[in-house]
Amino acid sequence: MSTSGILFAGFGGQGLLFSGKILATAGLIENREVSWLPSYGPEMRGGTANCSVRLSDEPIGSPIVSKPDILVAMNIPSYHKFISEVVPGGIVVTDSSLVKAHTDRMDIKRFEVEATKISQDEGLDGISNMILVGKLVKESGIISFNTLEKAVHKCVGEKKVHLLEYNIKAIKLGMSL
Amino acid sequence: MEEKVLMKGNEALAEGAIRAGCRHYFGYPITPQTEIAAYMSRRMPHVGGIFLQAESEIAAVNMVLGAASAGVRAMTSSSSPGISLKSEGISYLAGSDLPCVIVNIQRAGPGLGGIQPSQADYYLATKSPGHGDLHMLVFAPSTVQEMADLISHAFNKADEYRVPAMILGDGMLGQMMEPVILPAEREVKTSKPWAANGHQNKRPHNIINSLFLEADILENRILDRYKRYAVIEHNETRAENFMTDDAKILIIAYGASARIAKSALTAARKEGIAAGLLRPITLWPFPVKEINAAAENARDILTVELSMGQMVTDVKLAVQGRRPVHFFGRTGGMMPTPEDVLEEIRKIERNGSI
Repeated sequence: MSTSGILFAGFGGQGLLFSGKILATAGLIENREVSWLPSYGPEMRGGTANCSVRLSDEPIGSPIVSKPDILVAMNIPSYHKFISEVVPGGIVVTDSSLVKAHTDRMDIKRFEVEATKISQDEGLDGISNMILVGKLVKESGIISFNTLEKAVHKCVGEKKVHLLEYNIKAIKLGMSL
Repeated sequence: MEEKVLMKGNEALAEGAIRAGCRHYFGYPITPQTEIAAYMSRRMPHVGGIFLQAESEIAAVNMVLGAASAGVRAMTSSSSPGISLKSEGISYLAGSDLPCVIVNIQRAGPGLGGIQPSQADYYLATKSPGHGDLHMLVFAPSTVQEMADLISHAFNKADEYRVPAMILGDGMLGQMMEPVILPAEREVKTSKPWAANGHQNKRPHNIINSLFLEADILENRILDRYKRYAVIEHNETRAENFMTDDAKILIIAYGASARIAKSALTAARKEGIAAGLLRPITLWPFPVKEINAAAENARDILTVELSMGQMVTDVKLAVQGRRPVHFFGRTGGMMPTPEDVLEEIRKIERNGSI
């Protein structure tokens, strides 16, 4: 697939933008064309927010991902909003601690990860998003773990170096599921 | 060579401005351009520059007038409603022959409108940035790379012609991240003998003014300025040609809509439709010659904008009825998908010239 559109959707504060940034940075490291676009509306403050990421081998026109190849849904409203938009054959990763919803769609690959619960059990509070990133990377093969690890190093700021290993641990955990 | 980094359009533009020698930024926050002000507030203290959050947009543009009068590279930025407020200052800047850069990261209007991307300030930027006979240079980036690059070009041209320049972006370009290679830091050596920066008893004092109560004197000043505008119109148009050589359907779009149009026409090509894109990079001066050259072999022209149709009037004026000019736009902050534009291209292909 020469172009992949990835959509992270959920509540503001769940780390959607950061998850997107990790993937976009990984794409940059692999010298691919990438774009990252947040929803920057009032929905950021508590409602549903989302983040569009494109990884491509061609120049990217629209950075808006309205028909995602990969959807990461971290709350129910986002799941309902976007599940019907996923392209046939697409991948859907949901945080099943928060999203308990059924779909009739048989033409997508759906993966349920109890990310919030697992993150609490494993002392990874607040970074359930990275568990889901690990899972999506494992199932889609969109980027290698090595690149992903480099991307995390790039994206975790100097002031937050102590969080590096937690992020890596969460990704590895997601990849093991 | 600089490393490729992932940056938001707003931040790349701000860093581009600093590297172009801008050390004076005055602003007032408004979505979706606030990252420019935030970035400037963080960076300016480290480069010996000034960041000042003004009490209003009007105050900010008048601070730019003061700084530009002293001969330094100064800029302000805002989004559509804030640019309306700056109109008065822009007119005074133009009337005082002051170079500076004003950034408009457009959002939907009219009124407070919305905060989603828009291109509905085209008329405001190119036709009537303020009262009186005046123009300002208007540059339209369409990638994060161009956000970083065009700002330095805008400062250079503003200085060269002593006119205000605008970067006309939109919420999508401001908010999105893309890989960018930041331009090298440049030393600015523009001589500004007209600047009011202290004569130290060595020269007569310079006056920066836009008030001329004698009509004949004012008319002469405007005529002189229009001679400069004519040089600008002759020398400074810029446009990108994308697959225009054999294009039967020529799309004309700038900024965010040009990106969407590019995806659409690439898909159209795969269906055997010969579509191409002429992307104006300068909106004033408008690339009339470039459009006519690209339209030479075209059967139809399609203008795509995030508005109810503003640039399309300039396209019609440019081709003077020699080609049918169609229009497709979304407004209010709605973004067309490449599929929407592709459908328009197909319609024109099917129906031929109407």
